[in-house]
Amino acid sequence: MKIYDKKLAYPYFVWMALFTVIPLLIVVYYALTDGEGNFTLDNLLAISGYGSVFARSLLLALIATVICLILAFPVGYFLSRLRVNKQHIMLMLVMLPMWMNFLLRTYAWMGLLSVNGPVNAVLGFFNLGPFNMLNTSGAVVLGMVYNYLPYMILPLYTSMTKIDPSLVEAAQDLGANTTKTLFRVLIPMSVPGICTGITMVFVPAVSTFVISRMLGGGSNLLIGDLIEMQFLGNSYNLNTGSAMSLVLMIIVLVCMSFTSSFDENEMEGVS
Amino acid sequence: MKTKHLRLMQRAYVVLFFAFMYLPIAYMIVFSFNQSKGYSLFTGFTLKWYASLFSNASILRALWVSLEVALISAVIATVLGTAAALGIASMGRKSQLIVTNITYIPVVNPEIITGISLMLLFVAYQKFAVGASWLPDTIMGLPTLLIAHIAFNVPYVIFNVSPKLRQMDIHLYEAALDLGCDPRQAFFKVILPEISPAILSAFLICLTYSIDDFMISYFNCGTVETLPIAIYSMTRKKVSPEIYALSTIMFMVILSIILVSNAMESRRYRLNQKATREDA
Repeated sequence: MKIYDKKLAYPYFVWMALFTVIPLLIVVYYALTDGEGNFTLDNLLAISGYGSVFARSLLLALIATVICLILAFPVGYFLSRLRVNKQHIMLMLVMLPMWMNFLLRTYAWMGLLSVNGPVNAVLGFFNLGPFNMLNTSGAVVLGMVYNYLPYMILPLYTSMTKIDPSLVEAAQDLGANTTKTLFRVLIPMSVPGICTGITMVFVPAVSTFVISRMLGGGSNLLIGDLIEMQFLGNSYNLNTGSAMSLVLMIIVLVCMSFTSSFDENEMEGVS
Repeated sequence: MKTKHLRLMQRAYVVLFFAFMYLPIAYMIVFSFNQSKGYSLFTGFTLKWYASLFSNASILRALWVSLEVALISAVIATVLGTAAALGIASMGRKSQLIVTNITYIPVVNPEIITGISLMLLFVAYQKFAVGASWLPDTIMGLPTLLIAHIAFNVPYVIFNVSPKLRQMDIHLYEAALDLGCDPRQAFFKVILPEISPAILSAFLICLTYSIDDFMISYFNCGTVETLPIAIYSMTRKKVSPEIYALSTIMFMVILSIILVSNAMESRRYRLNQKATREDA
């Protein structure tokens, strides 16, 4: 039975067409034309000159995603095994730093990592350093991990709460050791959470420009930096910028279809 | 014995994890009270950064713009999205699927793409408006900011309200009609109260996303500064403990909101428990 009127959604359809679909079509249009509006593939071909930046973005985002997964897995498991009222408090504690503007959090890392900052001061106490940690690709990865870690924890936690504790006990009763329980029970059953977490960390990490600019100095350009420079920076060129954005979109789409296909395969295996 | 060992390691790991998450925040709070501008040495207690923050006109203006944009865009997005969710619920399966997939685009797309695609739209509009004298040709600023914020908020409203509509018992609505309500009354007396928690939470999500957004605003704000954009331009200059002071205030506000709402929640929970016990 239809109790509402379809017409209620019409304003949204107009909105969606104007501000979701058409803008993306304009990106495609700019990516495939030159300044005069003639069709060209030069913008896309010109990207090959930035191959190293694209490779760096993918690599750093990938490293950050893997580190997030490794760090988040035990936390998600720990949270999911707590009593329910404790779970809420702990989740709140995980989420609380996220409520701070991420520019401010990243800015704090700039101070923490600087040559005469607290981290080096502590290391100096043990007669280590001082290290030049700021403006390195390591600092960029650290910034990504720090900012996006909760995006990994939450989906992992959600799928782990659905794992029956007796399954883990059964595995152990049947002679599986900790490693075996981990790889044969816990990880396979957390696959939906792992897949969601990977996309939720990888997508913002591969497209950021703030983290690389604040923690990477000028020497660790990422795709996001390139795009930003084409639209608002010194190398103003909407066509090249659109072509880069198009490639970034394709990268993200490939990544997501990869994780979601993995997810579905696993689900079929389970049922 | 072995499990005890494991539990201890687990504890230590969780402690380390939270230390990592809260290290930057602790650092900012401590150094917002620091006398000198240095990074590592605490040279003495002062409140001067807080004083200079509150006399910083551009920060205060940016805060005001942020609140304004958040409130207006959240209201419009909530109305638009709720109407859309109601409309979508009455469509066929196939068209529902298409609309849902398009609605997902702003959610899954990298924020920078949403930002630049809207910017290109506004640039195209401006080119067009120069030729058409009856159109305003300077829209970069508050209007574009509002459109951008509504655009990334509407999907969250739809994805919050739609599941609630699906869960709702349709017989309640039919009963209201049988008992003499006209469809309008039935909507306002039965359906709306039923979905209002979802609408409210959608509205709050919009507010927080809007206040926190940097990426999309950055490309569509023209010369107007929201708070995140003002923070960004501050971070481009030399390190200033004013930013630490601002962070400390924001952290304290958020912390107290969460603590108060948590306390209210647990109070209500306890009252409910008590009531059920006394009923029994």
